[in-house]
Amino acid sequence: MSTRAKRGFRLKEWIFTTDHKRVAVLYLAGSFTAFFLAGVMAMLMRTELSSIGPTITDNPATYNTWLYFHGAAMILGYLIPALTGFFANYYVPLMIGAKDVAFPRVNALSFWLYFAGIVLALLTFVVPDPPDIMWTGYPPYSIFSPGNTALYSFTVLLMGFSSIAGGINLLTTVIRMRAPGMTWNKLNIFVWCTMGAFVLQLLFVPFIGVAVIMLLLDKYLGMNFFNAAAGGSAVIYENIFWFYSHPAVYVILLPAIGLIYEITATFARNRVFNYKGTVYGGIWGVVALSGVVWGHHLYVSAMPAWLTPIITFTTLLISVPVGLLVIGLLGTLYRGSIEFKTPMLYASGFFFLFLIGGLTGIPNALSAIYSHIHGTYWIPGHFHYVMAISATTAVIGGVYYVFPKLTGKQYNETLGKLGFVLFFIGANITFGLTMYMGAAYGMPRRYYDYAQFPEVERLQYITTLGSYIILLAAIVIAVSWLHALIAGKKSEENPWGSRSLEWTHSVSPPPPGNFPEEVRLADDWDPYDYTK
Amino acid sequence: MANGLNRPVLWTTAIVLSAASRAEARSPDITAGWHELWREVIWDISIIGALFAAITLYLLVRYRRSRAQKNGTGNPLTPLAAIGWVLIPVFVFLADDIFLAAKNYDLWNQYRAVPENAYVVDVEAGMWSWDFRHPDGFIETNELRVAVGRPVHIRLTSRDVVHSFFIPDYKVKWDAVPGKTNYLWFNPVEPGEHVVTCTEFCGTLHSSMFGKVIVMPQAEFDTWLEAKRREKI
Repeated sequence: MSTRAKRGFRLKEWIFTTDHKRVAVLYLAGSFTAFFLAGVMAMLMRTELSSIGPTITDNPATYNTWLYFHGAAMILGYLIPALTGFFANYYVPLMIGAKDVAFPRVNALSFWLYFAGIVLALLTFVVPDPPDIMWTGYPPYSIFSPGNTALYSFTVLLMGFSSIAGGINLLTTVIRMRAPGMTWNKLNIFVWCTMGAFVLQLLFVPFIGVAVIMLLLDKYLGMNFFNAAAGGSAVIYENIFWFYSHPAVYVILLPAIGLIYEITATFARNRVFNYKGTVYGGIWGVVALSGVVWGHHLYVSAMPAWLTPIITFTTLLISVPVGLLVIGLLGTLYRGSIEFKTPMLYASGFFFLFLIGGLTGIPNALSAIYSHIHGTYWIPGHFHYVMAISATTAVIGGVYYVFPKLTGKQYNETLGKLGFVLFFIGANITFGLTMYMGAAYGMPRRYYDYAQFPEVERLQYITTLGSYIILLAAIVIAVSWLHALIAGKKSEENPWGSRSLEWTHSVSPPPPGNFPEEVRLADDWDPYDYTK
Repeated sequence: MANGLNRPVLWTTAIVLSAASRAEARSPDITAGWHELWREVIWDISIIGALFAAITLYLLVRYRRSRAQKNGTGNPLTPLAAIGWVLIPVFVFLADDIFLAAKNYDLWNQYRAVPENAYVVDVEAGMWSWDFRHPDGFIETNELRVAVGRPVHIRLTSRDVVHSFFIPDYKVKWDAVPGKTNYLWFNPVEPGEHVVTCTEFCGTLHSSMFGKVIVMPQAEFDTWLEAKRREKI
C-alpha cells in the first residue's frame, strides 16, 4: 500500500518535494486560491453592476483594480496552472507509465516560480498604487497609469518562466520516458493535448515576455517603444500581446478538452472515436493554426486594410480542427454505454457549453461584424463560455474524476450532481445575458457604470442574480470536496472501471515512484480498449 | 420591325441602368448591411448549433448505460473511414468558412470605402471626452450635430491613450490611437440622437467617456451651422 498513509502531514516534505504528484497538488492549491480570490472580485463587480450609479463602491478606480485582478488571476493564476500545472503534472507520468517527470527538481522550480507570481499578484491588495491596467496592459495607458505596472509585468514574467520550465520538462518526459510498449498512437488523448499546449507555451510565451519587458522599459527607464510622440507605436504592443494571448486560449482549451475526452471514454466505456484524426487533425491542427488567429483582436485597431480579409479567413479556419475535436468527442458517445456519474455530468455540460462558446466565436472572426461587437459585452460573454465555464467545467469535472486517485476517497454523488446543476444554470444565465447585452445594445465591457445605457439595467440585475447562482454552486462544490476529504468513504482502486494506465497499474493514491514494478505494455494494450 | 421591338427594350434597359447607377451613387447603408450579415451569421451558427445539440442529446440518451450492456461497442475505424471522418467535416467547415468570409468581404469593403460626398469631422479623443471639429473649424465637445441623409466621415485620433469610438446604433467603431489618424464613416438616414461611447479601456473614468450624435433635419442643421459660423466671427 501507499507509504503516504502512514505518515502525517509535514510541511517540510511539501516545500522540498520533487514528487510530480505533490508538485501537482501544490499547483492545485495555488490555482484554487487564485480562483477563489478572482471569484470574489467577480462577485464584487457583478454586485456593483447590478444598478446604475454607485452600488457598493463610488470609486471607479477600485472597480478597475478588481477587474484587473480578476482577469490576470483567472488566466495566469488559475486556468493555465490548474490545467498545465496540476492535471498535466499529475497525469502525464502516470498515463505514460513513468516513475516521475524527466527533471523533478526543475518541476519544483516551476511551481515555486508560479508561487512567487501568485505572491506578486496578491501584492495588488497591499501596495498603495494597485495596477488598474486590465490583464491586457495596453500602452500608452499602462505607461501613464498611476497604478503599479511593474507588478503586472513581473507577475507575467514569473508565470511565463514557470510555463517554459514546465513545458520543457513535460515534453521531455513524454518523448523520453514512455513505458516499453507505450507507442505514440497509444498515448492518452490528454497526454497529446498537454503536449500541444506546451508546444504552444514554448513557442509563444517569449512574445508576451518581450511585450511586458518593453512596458517596463518605457515606464521606468524612459524608453519610447510605445510613445507616438517619440516615433513609437502603441499598436506594436497590441500585436505582440495577442500573438501570445490568443494561442493562450488553446493552451487552456487543449488540456481542458483532453480531460473531457478521458472522462467521456471512461464513462461511455468506449474507444475514442477516430483517434488518429482527433490527434493529428484536431489537436495538432489547433496547434498549427493558433499562430494565425491573433489578428482578429485588432480588426478595428491596427490591421492594414489588405491584411484584414486574410486574417478573417485564417481566423475562421480554426473552426476546422476544433470541429474535428468535437466530432471525436461525440463519436466516442456513439455505441457507448454512458454512466452519468458526476464527472460525466460535467463532460455532458461541456458538450453544450463549448458548442455555444465555439460557435459564438465565429462572428468574432468577421471584421464587419466585429465593428459592432469589439469591446462590448459580447466578447466577455463569448470567452467566458469558452475559457471560463467550458474550461472550468473540465477542471471541476476533472477534479471529481481524479478525486479517488488523488485521495483514495470517494465523494458524495448527490452533492456532486447538485453542484453541477447549479453551476450549469447560473453560468448560462450570467454569460448568456452578458453576450446578449453586448450584441443587442452594444453595452461596452470594462465599464464601472453605464449611465448611457439605461435600457440594460434590468438585464444587468438578472445577470448579477445568475452570478450568485454560480457562487452557490461553488460553495456546494467546495463543501462536497471538503466533506469527501474529511468524511469520504474509502474508494475502490478503480471505481470508474477505466482501462487507462493510471487506474489499472497504480494504486490509489499512488506512492512515490508511481508503479510497484516497471510498466511493460503488451502489443494489444490500448488505454481505451473496453472489448476485453 | 426589329427596331420597333428593340426600342422599348432599350428604353427599359436605360431606365434600369440609370436607376442602378443612381443607387450606386447613393451611399450604401452599412448599418442595414451589418444587421443583414448578423442575421445570416446567427442563422448559420444556430443551425449548426441546433444540429450538434440534437445529435449530442440523442447520443447521450440513446447510449446511456443499460443493465444488458456494460461496455461500449465502438469499432475501430477502417483507414478509409478515418480519413473520411476528417476530410468530410473539414470540407463542410471550410465551405462554411469561405461562405462567411466572402459575405464579410463585401460588407467590409463598404465599411472601409468612405462615400465622396461625406461630411468630414475630425475627432480627437482624450481622457475622458470627445472633441468634434467641424469642417468650418469650430469644436463641439461630447456632442456631434450632423445633417440627416449625408454620410459622416470621422477622422479619428487621440491626444493621450488608446480609446475607441463607438456608435452602437450605427454599428461602427474604430480605435483612436495616439500618433495615428484612423477613420470610419456612418450614414445617418433618420433624425434622432445616438450614444457615442468609448470601448477601449482608458483609465479611471473610462465608462464616463460618452457623448451623443444628434442627427438633425437638413434645414435645422443649416440654421444651427449658420449660427455657429456667426458665433465664430
